[in-house]
Amino acid sequence: MTDNSMRPDLPHNALSVKELAARATEIRRQCLKAVYAARSGHPGGSLSIADMLSVLYFDEMNIDPAKPALRTRDRFVLSKGHACPALYVALALRGYFPMEEALKLRKLEGFMEGHPDVRIPGVDAPSGSLGMGLSQGLGMAIGAKLQGLDFRTYVILGDGDMQEGNTWEAVMSAGHKKMDNLVAIYDSNKLQGDAPVATQLDMGDVAAKVGQFGWHTLKIDGHDVGAIQSALATARSEKGRPTFIFADTVKGKGVSFMENVLYWHGSVTMKDEELEKALAELEAA
Amino acid sequence: MADLQFWPIGADVSVRDAFGRVLVHMANVRKDWVLLDADVAGGTGAKPLVGAYPDRVVQFGIAEQNMMAAAGGMADTGLIPVVSTFAAFGCMRAHEQFRTAIAYPNRNVKLCCSHIGLDVGPDGATAQMLEDLATMRAIPGVTVISPADANEFMQAFQAILEHEGPVYMRIGRSPTPVVTEADAPFKIGKAKRLREGTDVTLVGTGVAVARALKAADMLAGEGISARVVNMASIKPIDADELVAAATETGGIVTAEDHNVFGGLGSAVAECLAERHPARMRFVAVRDRFGKSGEHTNLPAAFGIAVEDIAAAARALVKG
Repeated sequence: MTDNSMRPDLPHNALSVKELAARATEIRRQCLKAVYAARSGHPGGSLSIADMLSVLYFDEMNIDPAKPALRTRDRFVLSKGHACPALYVALALRGYFPMEEALKLRKLEGFMEGHPDVRIPGVDAPSGSLGMGLSQGLGMAIGAKLQGLDFRTYVILGDGDMQEGNTWEAVMSAGHKKMDNLVAIYDSNKLQGDAPVATQLDMGDVAAKVGQFGWHTLKIDGHDVGAIQSALATARSEKGRPTFIFADTVKGKGVSFMENVLYWHGSVTMKDEELEKALAELEAA
Repeated sequence: MADLQFWPIGADVSVRDAFGRVLVHMANVRKDWVLLDADVAGGTGAKPLVGAYPDRVVQFGIAEQNMMAAAGGMADTGLIPVVSTFAAFGCMRAHEQFRTAIAYPNRNVKLCCSHIGLDVGPDGATAQMLEDLATMRAIPGVTVISPADANEFMQAFQAILEHEGPVYMRIGRSPTPVVTEADAPFKIGKAKRLREGTDVTLVGTGVAVARALKAADMLAGEGISARVVNMASIKPIDADELVAAATETGGIVTAEDHNVFGGLGSAVAECLAERHPARMRFVAVRDRFGKSGEHTNLPAAFGIAVEDIAAAARALVKG
């Protein structure tokens, strides 16, 4: 069912795939400006989720930027909270607050905390300590079911999240409770803080393991906007199971010298020429 | 609807029984809360709710970190989660989930934990949480409540549901003498003076309140007039009542079933050091882990029994 009641300004499918891809590029550009201005932050993992955020905020979620605390709104939890530069600029693009606020990232005078804070309009859950996001999303999903509310909850998880035991407790519980109003998107960009996932703690076939706990699982290219749209639509029609979308992604996606380079995980002070080059590449894209 | 039934003064009652009783009562009174359990409803005392109102209980299995962070998410939907488990899990294993997913966003979650202090008895050191007041008090904006007995627990439970914001409350396990009146409403941040006195003030919390009253009786026989204050609200603490004790009596003895670091004694000392420095003695577990035993013989073995409170008071008065 398509419910546009909460989003008069932007109904489902209002934007084309091309327009959603353009939003993702704009998220990348603004996100790098924010990290540059902050002289710290995590660009690599922010760039890898830009396409998902574009689809979630400009197509999928039933939200109203004018009513960020509405009880019946769809919820979004960025469990990999260090990627919040991308979330903040997505919220700004969607109209929650002016972009100039998002660009005050990590500064005392702004309200753009270094990791997500619910005092920021549109941020539904705190995070930054990995492993707690899926549980919070599960709690929202349970709250919806208990109160007969039909909103949906979306959680983006990173590689580090999947290494935390807390995440697997939530995986077990959500499968057991058949939470079909809950969607987890795993941003599998394959590089973690200090080294590749393969050297730090290889988890094997994560989607297969999650599936064993009763989830409906899908594998997609996490940078294919159309694929993200259809995976989320499939999740909406799935009954009796939560959906886990394994999104194959590239850390630093969209900027040639950042792609698959560990240095750009964070916390990075970006040079003037690096920002210029990155923005030029994204302009040309 | 049946009225909530309280116990007569002097009855020996486990606070766990009060937890089950007040849960069932409040399930009728308010529809806006649910209990979150991690397979220990029999141990925490919540079992009567599971029997009477199964649809008010959300079961998480033995996965407390998930339960705690999920409580934070659930609170965002407008429900009040009452999270219940043993204190070692609620106040330590899932402490960071409470801090980051509940306290930091100021979500309306009530954490009620059993298995606190030597009061746990035979289960021994790993179950005897002697650090919960310290860990929970250290988190910004969290209200910390430690009721003296079954009656006060039921009053306090209603008060914390009324209060907007994160709360931690202790649930005692062993039979404890009822010392508070049935019709005394609970006010967060307010202490209760249970006995007047001029020479010394005994400030107790939890099971130590009944012991402080017995110690005051013992001291009266020796000609020492001891005031007794029940400090169930550890945070916020009743600074005015403490300043009154510091100005009107010769010193303060704190008594608690908790490690000496970070609990009631620390909270009282922090308050008075700034407001009105007083001579103090701390009756608490002296930086040791607990041990298997009975709730009847463990207090003396660890120096937190009635006689230890009386001895600390004598030392203050005569020193």
